[in-house]
Amino acid sequence: MAISNATLAGLTRTELLEMHYKMALIRRFEEKSAEEYTRGRIGGFMHLYIGQEAVGVGSITALRPDDKVLCSYREHGHALAKGMDPGAVMAELFGKVTGCSKGKGGSMHMWSNELGLYGGNAIVAAQLPIAAGVAFAAKYQGQDTVIACYFGDGAVDEGAFHESLNLASVWKLPVVYVCENNQYSMGMAVGKAWAVDSLLPRAEAYNMPGDQVEGMDVIAVYESMKQAVERARDNEGPTLLEIKTYRFRGHSMTDPAYYRTREEEQQWRTTRDPIGIFEKKLLDNGLATQSEFNDNDARATQVSEDAAEFAENSPDPSLDELYTDVMADNSTALTSRYERK
Amino acid sequence: MRTITYRDALREAIREEMLRDERVFIMGEDIAGYGGTYAVTKGLYEEFGEKRVRDTPLAEEVITGVAIGAALGGLRPIMELMTINFSLLASDLLVNSAAKMRYMFGGQPAVPFVVRMPSGGGAQRAAQHSQLFETWYAHVPGLKVVMPATPYDVKGMLKSAVRDPDPVLFIEHELLYNVKGEMPDEEDEYTVPLDRGEVKRPGQDITIITFSRMLHLSLQAAEDLAKEGIEAEVIDLRSIRPIDIDLLVDSVKKTNRVVIAEEGWKYYGTGQGLAALIYENAFDYMDAPIQHVTGADVPMPYSKVLERAALPKKSDIVNAAKAIVPAALVRK
Ligand SMILES: Cc1ncc(C[n+]2csc(CCOP(=O)(O)OP(=O)(O)O)c2C)c(N)n1
Ligand SMILES: [Mg+2]
Repeated sequence: MAISNATLAGLTRTELLEMHYKMALIRRFEEKSAEEYTRGRIGGFMHLYIGQEAVGVGSITALRPDDKVLCSYREHGHALAKGMDPGAVMAELFGKVTGCSKGKGGSMHMWSNELGLYGGNAIVAAQLPIAAGVAFAAKYQGQDTVIACYFGDGAVDEGAFHESLNLASVWKLPVVYVCENNQYSMGMAVGKAWAVDSLLPRAEAYNMPGDQVEGMDVIAVYESMKQAVERARDNEGPTLLEIKTYRFRGHSMTDPAYYRTREEEQQWRTTRDPIGIFEKKLLDNGLATQSEFNDNDARATQVSEDAAEFAENSPDPSLDELYTDVMADNSTALTSRYERK
Repeated sequence: MRTITYRDALREAIREEMLRDERVFIMGEDIAGYGGTYAVTKGLYEEFGEKRVRDTPLAEEVITGVAIGAALGGLRPIMELMTINFSLLASDLLVNSAAKMRYMFGGQPAVPFVVRMPSGGGAQRAAQHSQLFETWYAHVPGLKVVMPATPYDVKGMLKSAVRDPDPVLFIEHELLYNVKGEMPDEEDEYTVPLDRGEVKRPGQDITIITFSRMLHLSLQAAEDLAKEGIEAEVIDLRSIRPIDIDLLVDSVKKTNRVVIAEEGWKYYGTGQGLAALIYENAFDYMDAPIQHVTGADVPMPYSKVLERAALPKKSDIVNAAKAIVPAALVRK
């Protein structure tokens, strides 16, 4: 039994256990989502975050609550890490009106004004230029908020990556570009898509600091992100982080993953599980106990179950919702000054 | 005769054209190792190898530019965009370069290449993954835009597209890949022209003009109408640009009534363009205003109930037809 007022990377025991809980929550929540998808309660495309928990949790822990987050379609984890109510995330997956986007967006399009979660994007790399704009608005208005922009290794291949990093650097914008390099964009191995095997030379090319981070170590992610966030907040401009990670599941729920071996997946799951690695680190440092992990895991499981129950019991959007929200005033393509029968 | 799927028909067309012409190669995201998002190109990498079946980085703009450049350089590219939604990232090169080069440079360059891409909604893929943009591209002089709906037509038209001297946007539908249809035996080579629609069901009371997935709903609607004594002629446009105007006018002369059924948005779209053309060319033969069945004028919602409400249904076509067929015509 530990446990003093020792810290790790400047984080208190309470903070560390909260990080552990969030990672457990994402893991259990995603497992529950997969189960509900298989049961047909969730439709469309769904991309799970299992395996990448340390990235979202480690980096978002380094943000202030009023900092903004932009993501790809693989964003359930970021939404939960940013503090979104699991019920609202699950209800969105179920397409219910209680979902965080009223059921209109689904798995790939989660949003919260209050939490500063500015969207999952289903067009690869769309969030990169938009994040530059959100960062510009903060800087323009003299706010010291920081924008975290998450994207995959595949997004690096799009022209938007180049355009965004260049402008963000020239304009010294308070944005952290976080590449979650999970080694694949769908079936494309990163080694076949990138001309260089690291983002460091790219960061250099845009005249911004870069860091390559062991993404299965939540503390390493946190520390690297913390530096980048401080730089951005101190008006020193953007940073590019390449966080090396792995998605334990297929690209989406329908991906049989023929492009990689089951052995490779198993190797990662058994030796590089970010939750296991974190638990070991906490135990080794005498900062937590196995029973605290068990409690967190039990709570995460229960919260995920409750989220699914909430989603299941929530109503579908009413058909009136079909035409709301297209425009601020709910106007449509035709405008008419006359009553017609 | 044999029966195969739309997906297999596409693959046969690609394979036969690759065997016929060394200059034909295919490229796109995840078409080789992954076998294509919709498994259309499955097995082609194994058969033809890396030189002719090329995975690209995730970058629609450069895929399109390479297709244009390779066509200029004497090849016959077939490029795949994973879905038409991502073609907007390629649209600058399609519209500002591919569509204009022959004209802008006084007829000198040729850019013969094919863009294959699926489109459409109906699988709860939400606003950014459920769109139809045939209208956008068909607006542009210098492009051909086709949307075949049956295995026979996709095979024959894809072969024609590969042989065509100009850029062809070949738009598939995400929900049609498993649709089956009758085909000639593999040895019996055929092509289908890129500029001809087809009457898929003859009738004399009303003309239903449609294309892509809506063809299948329209044929079902025509069966329902027949039970009520209304014989609908169903025309599959197949090509959005060029438009087979004679086929449309001939049918209207016979039926005097038109329903246009499409999945996409209503305003400024393909259907409204066709309606204007029909009024221009066959006004004197019209006995009733054209009815237009479309998707709802909203970004596609994710929720199953909302998506269902947003998509045009068979019953919408039936009701549109009945609205303009006089009671006297309905045989009991
Ligand atoms: C512009 C665009 N092109 C293609 C796609 C189809 N697509 C969706 S996800 C994906 C792979 C993205 O990989 P990566 O950026 O590494 O993110 P990951 O899925 O690994 O998180 C592709 C090709 C898309 N959604 N948008
Ligand atoms: Mg990736």
